[in-house]
Amino acid sequence: MASLKDLRNRIASVKATRKITKAMQMVAAAKLRRAQEAAVAARPYAQQMDAVLHNLAQGVVDRDNASPLLVGTGKSDTHLLVVMTAERGLCGGFNSNIAKLARYDASKLLDQGKTVKIMTVGRKGADNLKRDYGNRIVEKRDFRNVRRISFADAQGVADKILEMFEAGEFDVATLYYSEFISVISQKPTAFQLIPANVPAAESKDRSAAVYEYEPEESVILDHLLKRNVATQIFRGLLENGASEQGARMSAMDNATRNAGEMIDKLTITYNRQRQAQITKELIEIISGAEAL
Amino acid sequence: MSGTFRFELVSPERILLSDTAEEVIVPGVEGEFTVLAGHAPVVSAILPGVIHAKLMASTKGIYVDGGFVEVNPESVTVLADSAFIVDEADERQLADALSDAERALDQANDDDALRHVTSAIEHLKGLQRKRGI
Repeated sequence: MASLKDLRNRIASVKATRKITKAMQMVAAAKLRRAQEAAVAARPYAQQMDAVLHNLAQGVVDRDNASPLLVGTGKSDTHLLVVMTAERGLCGGFNSNIAKLARYDASKLLDQGKTVKIMTVGRKGADNLKRDYGNRIVEKRDFRNVRRISFADAQGVADKILEMFEAGEFDVATLYYSEFISVISQKPTAFQLIPANVPAAESKDRSAAVYEYEPEESVILDHLLKRNVATQIFRGLLENGASEQGARMSAMDNATRNAGEMIDKLTITYNRQRQAQITKELIEIISGAEAL
Repeated sequence: MSGTFRFELVSPERILLSDTAEEVIVPGVEGEFTVLAGHAPVVSAILPGVIHAKLMASTKGIYVDGGFVEVNPESVTVLADSAFIVDEADERQLADALSDAERALDQANDDDALRHVTSAIEHLKGLQRKRGI
């Protein structure tokens, strides 16, 4: 049985842990607000981009000569999985959920006899996938030293992906990130990046599509498709940023609560033992006095 | 109200400007053009340069580093690669943009890219001169 001193030490240590998790939770809450604002602020651009792209893609008649970014290479032999995770842990299942989804898809693709290549964005994803798919990781990026994700960071990742695509290193690219639904709920998501995921034609908004284009449609479409890759990656990074902080906040909230429960339990044990010792000493004194 | 339309300027990171405008001058790749209310629908790529927007109360110059503009009779939306409002930018921002452009000049390998970058440098230098730096 632990002595009173041991118990006192344990209580002190759990209290210190609780202080840390509480502080981390508060930091995550503050960061979450900023991350959420960034994600919301970036939305209009992505939406507008989608709308223009949508209009343009409907006008593409000659699908055989259209950009491979839109219609694909005609094959789907080699898949590139772009796995985006956080740089830090201690955020519940956030990183492992994304990695799990990617791992699941990778094994499915491998079973179908496809070639799988992996690009990781974020240190945790690389650590997580290193063991099973270490030899398939073709590129690692991390933003460890980036305090605030900017569009240029996303552009860097996009440039690398486009370069690989033009070199014919893969046919289909899929983005893995965590969609931010609410503070307590983040959903790991797979998003097909190349060929572009343009929704099917809707006949009713044909009238909205009579734009004139400068320069010609195909040139603009080409440029927009490239730009769209960067935009989608940027969106993924921002969603991830908000999700990470949300996940960390709820993980730390749980940890704080658990620490609180543990302190309560330890305190009860401590009080009981102290009482037992006092009683024991009293009995000794009384029985000693009676013996006289 | 006739004679006015919505003018929105968005960069990938945020909405920079969203206001009612009377007239907007855009540096398109095939020449500058002026947009008034009721303009025919156009989607155009833009060259780096300054967009002049005549808003209800004021006139604003916005430097954009390339991008797209979508025009339809009721609204103008600029999707800028990156942008700042000229009057609100500080000297460092101008200098940063200029050094970025100069770095890109060395890497420009085709006519389009070259045209893009020279336009950026020209306009940024013009802005600096105006401030007497």
